[in-house]
Amino acid sequence: MRIALFVTCLADTMFPAAAKATVLLLERLGHEVVFPQEQTCCGQMHINTGYQKDALPLVRRHVRTFEPYDVVVAPSGSCVGAVRHQHAMVAAGDPGLAARATEVAARTYELSELLVDVLGVEDVGAYYPHRVTYHPTCHSLRVLRVGDKPLRLLQHVRGLDLVELPAAEQCCGFGGTFSVKNADTSTAMLADKMRHVLDTGADVCTAGDASCLMHIGGGLSRLRTGVRTVHLAEILASTEA
Amino acid sequence: MSTFLGMPVRAPRGVGHLRGDQSFPAAAKEALGNSQLRRNLQHATTTIRGKSGRVIAELPDWQELRSAGSALKAYTMANLPLLLTQLEEKVTAAGGVVHWAADANEANQIVTDLVARTGEKRVIKVKSMATQEIGLNEALEAAGIAPVETDLAELIVQLGEDKPSHILVPAIHRNRAEIREIFLRAMPGVDPKLTDDPPVLAGAARRYLREIFMRTKVAVSGANFGIAETGTLAVVESEGNGRMCLTLPDTLITVMGIEKVVPAWADLEVFLQLLPRASTGERMNPYTSMWTGVTPGDGPQNFHLVLLDNGRTAVLADEVGRQALHCIRCSACLNVCPVYERTGGHAYGSVYPGPIGAVLSPQLTGVEDNASLPYASSLCGACFDACPVKIDIPSILVHLRNQAPHARTEAAVMAAAAYTMDHPRLYASAQRAAKLARIAGRRGRGLPPPLNGWSASRDLPSPPDETFRDWWRGR
Repeated sequence: MRIALFVTCLADTMFPAAAKATVLLLERLGHEVVFPQEQTCCGQMHINTGYQKDALPLVRRHVRTFEPYDVVVAPSGSCVGAVRHQHAMVAAGDPGLAARATEVAARTYELSELLVDVLGVEDVGAYYPHRVTYHPTCHSLRVLRVGDKPLRLLQHVRGLDLVELPAAEQCCGFGGTFSVKNADTSTAMLADKMRHVLDTGADVCTAGDASCLMHIGGGLSRLRTGVRTVHLAEILASTEA
Repeated sequence: MSTFLGMPVRAPRGVGHLRGDQSFPAAAKEALGNSQLRRNLQHATTTIRGKSGRVIAELPDWQELRSAGSALKAYTMANLPLLLTQLEEKVTAAGGVVHWAADANEANQIVTDLVARTGEKRVIKVKSMATQEIGLNEALEAAGIAPVETDLAELIVQLGEDKPSHILVPAIHRNRAEIREIFLRAMPGVDPKLTDDPPVLAGAARRYLREIFMRTKVAVSGANFGIAETGTLAVVESEGNGRMCLTLPDTLITVMGIEKVVPAWADLEVFLQLLPRASTGERMNPYTSMWTGVTPGDGPQNFHLVLLDNGRTAVLADEVGRQALHCIRCSACLNVCPVYERTGGHAYGSVYPGPIGAVLSPQLTGVEDNASLPYASSLCGACFDACPVKIDIPSILVHLRNQAPHARTEAAVMAAAAYTMDHPRLYASAQRAAKLARIAGRRGRGLPPPLNGWSASRDLPSPPDETFRDWWRGR
């Protein structure tokens, strides 16, 4: 299958390892990955911070960039959530664009959705000999409803010791600009999330969103906990060789 | 021929409790420093969440009930003028008197005048969000009338000269040791040997209130539902204090937000299943009181219904925001909210805290008066899942953020960012510049304001050697 990568601006700039892993994983599974160079950002930060007007050109760019492709994948539940639930709303003043945005959204998948629902694979042949706990990010869980797909993928990874995260469904406190505008509340939420991660005894905390991992990982690093955050794509791309 | 009457007005300033003294982040910072509050809240919300989750799981048709509740509310909002006039007709026909209050000041004046006309100097109150919203107690006190709250938690708040911090459990921020101190300090005739054993505390409140119930001639209540079809008002509660207030006095005055009307008696079938399970985690609320006008020789012989707007019509005018009027005040969204669980209700500055407050208060007052509230959420979506009438709170939050006034510097930064993002070459050079800046010396901790809130408690990731697009190009 020919799959277009919607890399997301955060993964492109700060977490290229997650994006590279997405490419290498899909290629290993026998698919062709293309990277449309005109893509930048889906506009979620602008939309969620109250700048819909500024987001409109970004939505237009995203739609124009990805509408030639049959299948689009992103290593982010949050960015796919924005495409699926916000783009048509932002474009409401331009019904033609809104309709095109809806069509692109219907062909855009978060990584675990693509693997399980579209490609029909749960065992991707990965090997990752670590104790891992999974944080279901809010937008994967409650906007996209990915359910247990990431867990099913992780359960098939050889060598991986999957441990359950207590209060897993509670937000880590990132929330985009929320973590800056309400830094104290965000930190209080993060403190509880980190406590739960540490309680599991895992050496790796994984999730489907680089943004939440940046937040959780930033806190774990500050406290010198020795627990790493690793994107789900990186675990799934790892092999024994 | 039609006459344009102008746009509906917002809740007026200077009266009631819809606006805080400080912004949410500032108030939250103070609350977060209170470890006792954090413990009280975490314990209470975790307990309610568990209880509610268990009884909701018993109903195989919970999702269908939610959809029915949502549809009934949407129908009601679409037919509000008709339903309200129908309610007025039915209440009047049953011997009640209906008053229309455009805002908090009018409602307070109407209620104060009605009480003054009876010559009484004290009223007993059933717990009511609407009367807290308009600051009725302060208005009554200013007129020399003493309001006595009879819901236990509301009484704790009143005696403590405090503010409610939760829609359903207004004293959720207090523990039993604090409640004992408040009673010893402020409850007339309290036993000085009072302990902090919950049954002992409840017993003290019961003895105090019982005397007052027997000797007060006027009651003020809110309403959970007002049924247009029959003119019946309904109050649901857990302690029986409401039943006392609604049946013992000579005069009953009910203040009801106009959005609380429901079309038909049969609609309660849906709401009386949704409300207790979502709110207290009970299968059925202990006391459901219903009355239709006046029944000669039985219960209050004078009944007044005050229909309150106070910004609700303005909310109704907003196609996205109007869903907030569907709220049945169950507080499920507060109990599941990770922000509320840490900051508590006072940080929101309004009698409506938590996620529903963050969308309702700014709409009632106008967003400019509560501009920080739509941002008091990480948009995690737990509130939407918990809402028994399916209010899409995250979408309303995003909608209101788009209406909120923005600081000039932030707006400039956001516009520049959007411009950069819409020009791939600029975007690529911005990526390189960011990397260089980090390598050139900012590699440690500190980010400049306003981003320093991030770096105060979290490390930034080390910049990668190459961006993804650099890597892709080099493949």
